[in-house]
Amino acid sequence: MIWRIFGSVIVVILGALGAFLAWSWHSEIAPQNASASSFDVAAVRNGAQLASIGNCNTCHTEKDRAPYAGGFPVATPFGTIYGTNITPDPDTGIGTWSEAAFKRAMREGLDRKGNHLYPAFPYDHFTHATDRDLSAVYAFLMTREPVAQDNRPPEIPFPLNLRIFAAAWKLLFLRPGPIKSDPSQSTEWNRGAYLAEGLAHCASCHTPRNALGAEKRNRGYGGGQIEGWRAPALTGESPAPVPWTTDQIYAYLRDGFAEQHGAAAGPMASVVASLQQASDSDVRAIATYFASLSGGGNDAGREAKAKEAQSFAQSREPNVTDPIATTGSSATGESPNGAPAANGAIIFAGACASCHHSGGELPISRPVGLAFSTAVNATDPTNFIRITLEGIHPSAEERGMFMPGFSGALTDQQIVALAAYVRGQFSRQPAWQNIAATVSGIRRDKNQQR
Amino acid sequence: MVVLNINGQQHQIDADPRTPLLYALRDHLKLNAAKFGCGLGQCGACTVLVDHEPVFSCLLPISLLEGRYVRTVEGLGSAEKPGPVQQAFIEEQAAQCGYCIAGMMMRAQGLLEHNASPSDAEIREYMAPNLCRCGTHMRILRAVKRAAKAMMAVVPTLSEAQR
Repeated sequence: MIWRIFGSVIVVILGALGAFLAWSWHSEIAPQNASASSFDVAAVRNGAQLASIGNCNTCHTEKDRAPYAGGFPVATPFGTIYGTNITPDPDTGIGTWSEAAFKRAMREGLDRKGNHLYPAFPYDHFTHATDRDLSAVYAFLMTREPVAQDNRPPEIPFPLNLRIFAAAWKLLFLRPGPIKSDPSQSTEWNRGAYLAEGLAHCASCHTPRNALGAEKRNRGYGGGQIEGWRAPALTGESPAPVPWTTDQIYAYLRDGFAEQHGAAAGPMASVVASLQQASDSDVRAIATYFASLSGGGNDAGREAKAKEAQSFAQSREPNVTDPIATTGSSATGESPNGAPAANGAIIFAGACASCHHSGGELPISRPVGLAFSTAVNATDPTNFIRITLEGIHPSAEERGMFMPGFSGALTDQQIVALAAYVRGQFSRQPAWQNIAATVSGIRRDKNQQR
Repeated sequence: MVVLNINGQQHQIDADPRTPLLYALRDHLKLNAAKFGCGLGQCGACTVLVDHEPVFSCLLPISLLEGRYVRTVEGLGSAEKPGPVQQAFIEEQAAQCGYCIAGMMMRAQGLLEHNASPSDAEIREYMAPNLCRCGTHMRILRAVKRAAKAMMAVVPTLSEAQR
């Protein structure tokens, strides 16, 4: 009897395994050489816009190397994966991929030969794109300059590197098919939802992930992590003191700066740079969608919150010009026991206030009042510390303001003192608990990069 | 009273602890190499080295600098005996109006202390925070390369060092 039960369990397991293997096996799509001249110019143009919304170039371009030729390191909790060459080079790129092969990759996460692609390539979002849009992106990519540049193999330890795990991941987490439009919302909102959930894959960074690296669906846009930065929540959990409006999100995505929130920095600066190719109407549609998610309630509620934030900000502007004693222990800003308690105020007055004080003369830059800053109000000090250390440096092709980094000027202890002071002075949120550890972690990270 | 180590010399400065280093250098110590450009950390004319890192002295309160090593152009050499970076900037005639050059030389010095033979791309990236309005960028780039060569030449080879 026991052997019979055992035997049937084995049969069921083997059957399930067989079914999974059969399901996960995909055939090669025959190589095909497309000629760049065979593509419709309008489709190429549309594809350029969609590729910029999809921010393809960031992960598929190595620093200072040819665009779309791959090599960018994407750090995941499972290891580092390098963006692949998606130029139409026949040997190292996707030059032999037919349109069907490209669409299968975008929707099912398979390469031309039928291998499962790791989900660092966000096909869980691209799968929602329409046929027409994928054709346009294909037309755009196949008309780029072919670049012969070999792909770098992923650095994922065995056995996680086995492609069968990517297949299992898809079985659990990939939900193919179009985005359902919401008839109760405007056309603009639906366009924004389609772009944001699909090609723009905003949730890839702004949604927390589970232990298997998949987005937690029940915590959509609840805030995530990327490249050592925190991607803030885009829902009602957003740390922004003034609820985001369509106009503010639009300004942020278009210019990299929203006067009630701050400047795009870190990985978001590349997103804004890439979005420069997108049309105003598409950027506005995305803004419309996220404004509705940010949950500021009705207009009256938003305005009340904005007013409250304004008056708090005004009440907390420090006086940075009153004289300070030049002798004694207070001269160095240290309390008698050596703790850097008062130090933060002095650092702010000397290093930050000339731009960030409300009374500052700012002929060439538009820094945000710190009481409005998302970084200052976030639950975690990571972004504040990164911006303080690294500054904000738009690259030659990016728009936006310049803020100097203070990594060489301030010691770890001084950064900690400054962060504690700024948080206490400009935010109503509770004090940050983990500032010192965060500072040393980021310093270590930066030293390793050197 | 704040004690600062500037170019290897101790200076006592009686000023508000929030006073930017730039003002202490120019007004209190009469070290006039570092220039006031914008006062907002946007132009780099005030660049000095603190512990081998280039920083904007207009945004650095003096009270934070106790125990740290500050260097200005006065510490790189003199008119009679210019240091390798200064010599290279002279030989390439890198200054036009000259206002940015003190900051440029300090950032170049910082670069070469971290990276003895930087590539063109590395020089451009490292020097990017410092602005020049005259447009002598190509000469400045050449001067940095020349300074790198000159500084390499004075480093003894292994066999010379063992002698």
